[in-house]
Amino acid sequence: MIYREAGQFKTSYGADQAVFPIWQDRWFVLLGVAAAFIVPPLLADEYWLQAVLIPLLVYALAAIGLNLLTGYAGQLSLGTGGFMAVGAYSAFKLTTAFPQVNILLVFLLSGLVAAGVGLVFGIPSLRIKGFYLAVATLASQFFLIWLFNKMPWFVNYASSGTITAPNRTVLGVLVTGPNATAPMRYLVALALVVAGALVAKNLVRGRVGRSWMAIRDRDIAAEIIGVHPLRTKLLAFGISSFYCGVAGAELVFLFLGSAETLAFDINQSFLVLFMVIIGGLGSILGSFLGAAFIVLTPIFLTNAPHAIGLSLPVALLKQIELMVFGGLILFFLIVEPHGLARLWQIAKEKLRLWPFPH
Amino acid sequence: MTEILRAVAVAPFQDMAGSPAFLVEVLIGGVFAGLMYSLVALGFVLIFKASGVFNFAQGVMVLFAALTLVGLMERGVPVAVALGLTTAVMVALAFVIERLVLRPLVNQEHIILFMATIGLNFFLEGFGEMAWGANVKKLDIGIPDRSFMVQGVQVNELELTAALTSAVLVVILAVFFHRTRIGRALRAVADDHEAALSVGIPLKTIWVIVWSVAGLVAIVAGIMWGAKSGVQFSLSLIALKALPVLILGGFTSVPGAIVGGLIIGVGEKLGEVYWGPLVGGAIENWFAYVVALAFLLVRPQGLFGERIIERV
Repeated sequence: MIYREAGQFKTSYGADQAVFPIWQDRWFVLLGVAAAFIVPPLLADEYWLQAVLIPLLVYALAAIGLNLLTGYAGQLSLGTGGFMAVGAYSAFKLTTAFPQVNILLVFLLSGLVAAGVGLVFGIPSLRIKGFYLAVATLASQFFLIWLFNKMPWFVNYASSGTITAPNRTVLGVLVTGPNATAPMRYLVALALVVAGALVAKNLVRGRVGRSWMAIRDRDIAAEIIGVHPLRTKLLAFGISSFYCGVAGAELVFLFLGSAETLAFDINQSFLVLFMVIIGGLGSILGSFLGAAFIVLTPIFLTNAPHAIGLSLPVALLKQIELMVFGGLILFFLIVEPHGLARLWQIAKEKLRLWPFPH
Repeated sequence: MTEILRAVAVAPFQDMAGSPAFLVEVLIGGVFAGLMYSLVALGFVLIFKASGVFNFAQGVMVLFAALTLVGLMERGVPVAVALGLTTAVMVALAFVIERLVLRPLVNQEHIILFMATIGLNFFLEGFGEMAWGANVKKLDIGIPDRSFMVQGVQVNELELTAALTSAVLVVILAVFFHRTRIGRALRAVADDHEAALSVGIPLKTIWVIVWSVAGLVAIVAGIMWGAKSGVQFSLSLIALKALPVLILGGFTSVPGAIVGGLIIGVGEKLGEVYWGPLVGGAIENWFAYVVALAFLLVRPQGLFGERIIERV
């Protein structure tokens, strides 16, 4: 009754091709974004912003990036952690070399650096497919992490081997560094992820996105109808790495504050891949849902025993956490292999018919 | 420029020619390391061949098998009985995985099954450590760990045992695959699920068998690796070592896993000893991947993988 597109006639091409053609969707998204900008900075406390919301937004951006590559272009990649590291380290190098440059510009530039690296490591995808490619992308993961570990130049010869976010301001307000407030960092992360999602949403419904999906669904057929595989695959790698690079820079500058290569190890790649798959392959909304699931589950699992007054040894807790996490992933894959985004679609379908069953 | 070129292209070979005994030692070390990788890669190949599942949990299965064996022996169970019980546990595990994970996910896309095995990976890791404890354990089932000299070259008995074991294992698997009824059924399933089903091959039974066999291979790998470096969490990371072996040899080839293991093992050792110092060492993490990648660019299906024929 409430959610129904009947009667919404489109009278112009513009209206027909809108990102959200149904007004309920449009308002829902607009209100959701507005609420995300206003409510948490006012209501959420330091813990919620720092431990939950900021990582959620950062990982959502990385998940969007990987989703473009794996969900839309069909190229399985396990190198996400490496590309995030490229973004983080180049942001650090750029902002320490040119302190006067706006930090947001630095984020975008480091995304571009990551995109360049992604292009290089995307080259094998022209010849290798499927799991062979997935394993081949692991090469980039290991090589990049090794490189950042070995070359002291990347950490400005700091003896600790860590990169630290310096104090940087946007429009006179401190947004990174140890003194930046959590609400400010949250707002920057939110602005970036909203912009990223909007661009991604537009990318995947345009010519680029369609050529990606054509390559994903059947690459030879796509080639025959004139989709250039080289250009398409490399573009997917480049744009995906751009997102991952920006997310990596955010991870250090907005969330962790300081990090070493350990923050970008292989587990990071798997986590982002989990987000994409649990959320839903080929869905921008799914990237957010997946990121929320993967970020919230461990927090929930850590706090649940406390909440019910159970005190267990730390080691046991850690093991139970692992088991439940693995079990939940299996459970979700079995119940809904198309991810949380599909559940949302089903819910919308139900809303459309409500109050009738069929 | 010429300096660098000399350091990369000439000096290492001069070093090799300079002390042949040391070179042989490095080569032998590489061969043994490679066979150890092959042992893990074999488990991957078996499962991928028969069910098309890229089983990321193989590394953890190795850890789990070793943990179970050590855990039983620590409780005073004799070696032979402990081995039997561990085998039973791995077979039971195969049943549970087939029933709870594979069957509900049948006909899903490969990437979903791959993810499921990563979930399984987490679960088994937590479960194994919860059941048997997380501290480093020593696995000793009576394989001597001594070194002796053969014509000025040092050879380690444990590594020799591992090499012989994997050779025997490969022969057994080859015979099993090519000469027995079940082996033929396995190959049929690997070739075409639906066709195999239609001639009456029970798919579910085959899956249980192949996961059990992979479990047995995991026990052997667990014993060898456990005897070499102790049974600990890092054992599950050898899966990452086995992956380049796998893509080099081809996902579907048992001999490929062995030959791939040898190439990776020898290449890695040579690279580490002769070229590693040029870039500051610790290259073993990614060097194997680069070697495998270089091969893949020439043969995208790996050395022994089935030729990829693509149609629209």
